[in-house]
Amino acid sequence: MRAFAELFAALDRTPRTAEKVAALTEYFRATPPADAAWALWFLSGQRLKRAVKTRHLREWVAAEAGLPLWLVEESYDHVGDLAETLALLLPPNPAPAPPALAELVRDFLLPLADAPESRQRELLRAAWARLDTPQRFLWHKLITGGFRVGVSRALLVRALAALAGVEPSVMLHRLQGHWQPTAEGFAGVLAGVATADAPARPYPFFLASPLEGGPTELGDATDWLVEWKWDGIRAQLLRRAGQTVVWSRGEEMVTESFPEIAAAARALPDGTVLDGELLAWRGEGPLPFAELQRRLNRRAPNAALRAAVPVVFMAYDILEAEGTDLRARPLADRREVLARVLETARLQPGYFTPRTKSRPGGAAVCGRLETFYREKPVTHRRAGPRSVEFPGQGSATARAEAAPVQAELFGDEGVHSLPAEFPLRFSPALSAANWTDVAAWREQARAAGAEGLMLKRRDSAYGAGRQRGAWWKWKVTPFTCDAVLVSAQSGHGRRATLFTDYTFAVWRGAELVPVARAYSGLTDAEIDAVDRFVRANTTGRHGPVRTVKPELVFELAFEGIAASPRHQAGLALRFPRIARWRHDKPASEADKLETLQRLAGTTRGA
Amino acid sequence: MPGAGGFPTGPPRAFDTSARACNLPRMLSVTEAGLHCAAGDFYIDPWRPVARALITHAHSDHARPGSAAYWCAAPGEAVLRVRLGSAAAITGLAYGERRTLNGVTVSFHPAGHVLGSAQIRLEHRGEVWVVSGDYKTQTDPTCAAFEPVRCHAFVTESTFGLPVYRWREPGLVFGEIHDWWRRNRDAGRVSVLFAYSLGKAQRLLAGLDGNLGPVLLHAAAREFLPAYRAAGIALPEVPPATKENVRAVGPGALVIAPPATEGAAWRASLGDPATAFVSGWMQLRGPRRRRGAEAGFVLSDHADWPGLLDAIAATGAERVLVTHGAAGPLVRWLKETGREAAALATRFGAAEESE
Repeated sequence: MRAFAELFAALDRTPRTAEKVAALTEYFRATPPADAAWALWFLSGQRLKRAVKTRHLREWVAAEAGLPLWLVEESYDHVGDLAETLALLLPPNPAPAPPALAELVRDFLLPLADAPESRQRELLRAAWARLDTPQRFLWHKLITGGFRVGVSRALLVRALAALAGVEPSVMLHRLQGHWQPTAEGFAGVLAGVATADAPARPYPFFLASPLEGGPTELGDATDWLVEWKWDGIRAQLLRRAGQTVVWSRGEEMVTESFPEIAAAARALPDGTVLDGELLAWRGEGPLPFAELQRRLNRRAPNAALRAAVPVVFMAYDILEAEGTDLRARPLADRREVLARVLETARLQPGYFTPRTKSRPGGAAVCGRLETFYREKPVTHRRAGPRSVEFPGQGSATARAEAAPVQAELFGDEGVHSLPAEFPLRFSPALSAANWTDVAAWREQARAAGAEGLMLKRRDSAYGAGRQRGAWWKWKVTPFTCDAVLVSAQSGHGRRATLFTDYTFAVWRGAELVPVARAYSGLTDAEIDAVDRFVRANTTGRHGPVRTVKPELVFELAFEGIAASPRHQAGLALRFPRIARWRHDKPASEADKLETLQRLAGTTRGA
Repeated sequence: MPGAGGFPTGPPRAFDTSARACNLPRMLSVTEAGLHCAAGDFYIDPWRPVARALITHAHSDHARPGSAAYWCAAPGEAVLRVRLGSAAAITGLAYGERRTLNGVTVSFHPAGHVLGSAQIRLEHRGEVWVVSGDYKTQTDPTCAAFEPVRCHAFVTESTFGLPVYRWREPGLVFGEIHDWWRRNRDAGRVSVLFAYSLGKAQRLLAGLDGNLGPVLLHAAAREFLPAYRAAGIALPEVPPATKENVRAVGPGALVIAPPATEGAAWRASLGDPATAFVSGWMQLRGPRRRRGAEAGFVLSDHADWPGLLDAIAATGAERVLVTHGAAGPLVRWLKETGREAAALATRFGAAEESE
């Protein structure tokens, strides 16, 4: 624990990545593998299930420090970080004797899990007796399960790659998925030894960079694959050794939350890895992201939830087929393989029984997937109120004029009307002869329920992490509204002592209704100014939240808006953030709820 | 009422009448100009110009220019003059020396905050009040140590009035600073300590181990050195922290500079220095990281939580009035432990600069 605390201090001390990597490399080199394994496990964001209630932690620390609980709460309110607050409140330890990290985990942390309260308290007191203040801070982080310390995965990968003498991309791959935080597991990471969990290990995701400005500098438009940028959860679907695993980009194993995807994946041949997007989907298009979140938050969803929020896996790419790594092959080739694999899977008997007959000629269609386009308007099927409408354009004719090119996939059925029963979909390519066509597609992204376009070089390999050049995301211009700051809460980490988490409201008649919370978008100087405003204009306190005089107006940008009965305003904004401070506007001139409702009525949400 | 020199006249108007502000009978009231003693007809650390100002210490949120007459503790006279200019009418009183102003007996007592800092004792018709200004109970070789003064009512600061603030021994902190300095020196880098120009900079200068390398001091802190020497505080001779001097000394140099100096251009002019803030606020990770410095050293000229409680207890005061800082929690704590306490709204501590 001493070495781990010193590593943490070294990482915390310097903003320089080279120094951080050096500190990590030295730590992993010099530390016994059993300790290094746990350090790597925690630093890479893995965590144990929280075993101790934070309420108990606060009470026990209060007792230990001889303080009333309210003063612990006041202190937490001021510090903003519970692990740190509690470490600072405990009486200093005159004679710390820290155990090694692996020992701390084995003897103190893991036994907390199933222990009764009284035993938990004993374990905590025993651990406190061994640790000094900075070590207690880390110990509390381990207990409360929020170990975010400003060490990115990229830095860990660089340090370990340097130590193992391999390329960072190789190390990144070894670190994917669940490896065991044991001396053997750590040795395996360094040596690249195949372990029992290798079949469940995903590939590193290849990430697109935002396209600032236009695409014209990218050369010939026909060299690029144009797709919708779907707004769901990026995921990898692995079918290996008779098992299916779904990984989210956040490296959560989410297989259990999406049983219909896992069931459908049984139709894939062994040794298949797909890259795609999990989307809540009904009929012809995606449901708002908030709906998908309901699924993500629930392991083993019941039938009612599965019916209320159907999901699909929209496949972009295939990374492995028949057990062979395809990532170095050109994207165009991979997409052909992908189309074939998906279509074969869809027609597999036995594994998956569609409720309706599959369409005839499916296998033949897939060969034409990316080439079969016709210059005619999309004939979206109307499936009740969720049918796709283009804002401000009433008829198919008008749409055809506005959009020079329209996709037509799978014969005369739009892609949105693929049989709903088979949830592994092929993310369609959008045909474009030039950048004007591409721009026209982007204009329609919102209507299609997408947040923009993906542009991928047709000859691109599937890289690792965010490498600029081959893949771009070209998002739609965000929506904006002017809203009033109505309450604030202090942030976390480096913003812990500042009010940085804001709630914004718009007018419903003479009343302000909260519509969004936003954290980012202001400069440090503006954050300081808002912080001062909040402190000077507090009208009420509700736990950590302070309501303020409704006076400051901010322009919010957001990617989508949808009706949501679970929100007070009846609306949910997607990715709201602060675009600018409207010093020029009084609160009375902020936007009205009706305006936002109209906006929600004209968009597919997401 | 003050009438001389065109200063505010008439009865003082209550400045803060909110329920949390204290009702201050007889001895003191908070007016638009500051903390006012009506019976004695003087102000303590006023924020507007007045006829007679008693000053606890020379930090800018307590010592503002423009008043007709200033009284302060004698060891702080020269320092206060640097702040207020040579034309200011300043009277220095030895610690403990008693004077009477309109029937109110006043005296200055060491507060341990910075050179010349004082608690001001007021006695009127047998009732004794002490206004502490800013204070600390830790040892500091550059100023007289805090002396508890028995009183009926004690006006205390609460800058660090939460139990998460508990200082370590200054010797340990200097040890950390020395380790950091040594590491930077060995890595071929200049070290910069950001510290307030009056008090903290001189305290660092007195405590740093000059054998590790040359120390350079920013002009804003240097201007107080003659006042320190005049008060008999031994401080080493150090060159000014000009670009040229730092370059000439090279890696291994340690520069003490005010936080306001922190800026890209100035930093660049020193090469690629390692930087650290020296302040009680550095106790918390959030502010430490927000300042963007590589290190933060917890060395404060204010009392920590145990220091505040000890100081309050030592006065024997029945009533405690809590000014700038975390007044709310401290007031509640004092009430729950059997004292009469209330918050007192002032304009002290507005610019965290005294820390």
